[in-house]
Amino acid sequence: MTGRIQPPVSGPSFGANPSFADLLRDSRPEIAGTPRSIASTDVPVPHGTTVLGLKYADGVIMAGDRRATSGYTVADAKMRKVFAADDYSAIAIAGAAGQAIEMVKLFQLELEHYEKITGDRLSLEGKANRLAQMIRSNFPLAMQGLVVVPLFGGFDHATGEGRIFYYDATGGRWEEDDYQATGSGSQPAKNSLKKRWKTGLSRDDALRVAAEALIDAAEDDSATGGPDAIRGIWPVMVIVTAEGASDVPEDEVAAAVESVLASRGGNT
Amino acid sequence: MSFMPYVAPEQMMKDRSDYAHKGIARGRSVLGLEYADGLLFLAENPSTTLHKISEVYDQVAFAGVGKYSEFEEMRIAGIRLADLRGYQYGREDVKARDLANAYSQALSSIFTQQMKPYEIELLVGEVDGEESGTSIYHVLFDGSVSDEQGYVAMGGHAEDLSDALKDRYQTGWDLDTAVRTAITTLATVPETREVPAEQIEAGVLDRTRSHRRKFRRLTPAEIEAALAG
Repeated sequence: MTGRIQPPVSGPSFGANPSFADLLRDSRPEIAGTPRSIASTDVPVPHGTTVLGLKYADGVIMAGDRRATSGYTVADAKMRKVFAADDYSAIAIAGAAGQAIEMVKLFQLELEHYEKITGDRLSLEGKANRLAQMIRSNFPLAMQGLVVVPLFGGFDHATGEGRIFYYDATGGRWEEDDYQATGSGSQPAKNSLKKRWKTGLSRDDALRVAAEALIDAAEDDSATGGPDAIRGIWPVMVIVTAEGASDVPEDEVAAAVESVLASRGGNT
Repeated sequence: MSFMPYVAPEQMMKDRSDYAHKGIARGRSVLGLEYADGLLFLAENPSTTLHKISEVYDQVAFAGVGKYSEFEEMRIAGIRLADLRGYQYGREDVKARDLANAYSQALSSIFTQQMKPYEIELLVGEVDGEESGTSIYHVLFDGSVSDEQGYVAMGGHAEDLSDALKDRYQTGWDLDTAVRTAITTLATVPETREVPAEQIEAGVLDRTRSHRRKFRRLTPAEIEAALAG
C-alpha cells in the first residue's frame, strides 16, 4: 500500500505542547526576536527601575514607579512596569526595558495559550516556575547587560492566599513571605517596607505602604521617579485577590500618595 | 510491488465522502445561534471535561462534531495559528475568516491526499464590537466552507435540526431564550426525548463582556436556570 497517515500536528513529541514560547521558537524563530548575542554592551537602552510587591489581608499588591532611565537621561517618565499576567497573577519588571516588556508579553501569552490548549489554568507554582525558565533563557543577554529581574505575585487558589516570588538574572527563584522590591531603588524601598509592613494589612493601608515605599525609593534613588501631581504621573499598582487581578484605579493610588505626602507635612 | 485496482476518481471521492458522512452522523449535534449580545454554541455532550466547544481567541470561538481526536487536533492547530498571528501582528488582526480558510485548506488536502478523510465538521464564530460584526463559518470534512446567518446546525441530524430552527429562530433573542430554544430543538431530533441540563455543553461569545476575551462557558446552573425560565 502506498501513502500513510501522517502523525498529528502535535509533532514528534507525545501530546500537544501547551507552551507558546516553544511554539514560537520552533515554528517562527525569526520573529521570536531573541538575538543570540550582541557585540557590545555599550548600546544605551532604557532601564526600568523600582518595583515592589507585598502581601495584604486579601492577596497581593504589586506596584512600580513610572521612570525608565538610559544612563543619566530619563528615557520615559510614564513607563508602565506592572501588569496583570492573567486573571489571577501579576508581574512587575525591572531591568532592560525592551527585553522586560517583551518577556511580559510572552509570559502573558504563555499563560493564556496554556489555558486554551489544556482547558485548565496553570497553578501559581507552575506559573512561577515557567517564568524562572523564561528568565534563564535570557541569561546570555543578561551577561551582556540586558538583565531582566521581575517580581511575580498571584493568588493561589490551592492554599487560599496571595504569594510573591522574586527572581534573579540567572532564573533563580525565591518565594517571599511578606514583601519584596527589585530594581535600582529596591534598597530604600525595602527599608521602607521593613518599617511599615505588617501582617494582615487592609487594602487602604497596603496601598499606602506601597506608595510610601515608592516615595522613599524616589527620594534616595535618582533613577526612580517620584509621583508628579502636576503632570498626573502616579505609580501603577495591580491588586490580586481571590476575585481576580485588576489595576488599582488611578484616583485611589493618587489618594494613597497624597495621604503619605500630607502626613510628612509637605504640600503636594 | 503491490497493485492497486483502478478506481474512478468520482467513485473514490464518493466513497470518502460517504465514509466521512457516516462517521459524522454517528455523533451528536452542535448548534450555533446568534442572540442579542453575541453568539451561542450549544452541544449535547455527556462529558463535562471533553469539550466540543472552545475558545480560540479574544473574539473567536470553535465548535467541532465527529471524531474527538480529529477535531481536537484542529482546535489546537487553530489556537496555535491565532496566538501566533496575534503575537506577530496585533490582537485585532486575528479574524475568524482567516481561521476558517486555514481549516478549509487543511481539511481539503486531508480529504484528497490521505487514506481516510477526517470525520468532522467545524464551526468558527466571531463577534465584533457591533451586532453586524457577528459571523459564523461552517467548515465541512472536505474543506468546503459556508458563511452562515443567524443559526446553524451540524453533526448527526443537522438537516432536521436546521429545519426545526428555521421555524423557531428569531433575531434579538436574549441568552436564556436562545439556550432554551436550542435545547428544546435538540430534544426533538431524532425523536422527541428528554435532554437533561447536565448533558448540555454551552459557550458564548458575549460582546458585552468587559474582559478582552469574550468567550465564556455557561455553568450548569445557568443552563438549568435558562431551561426553567
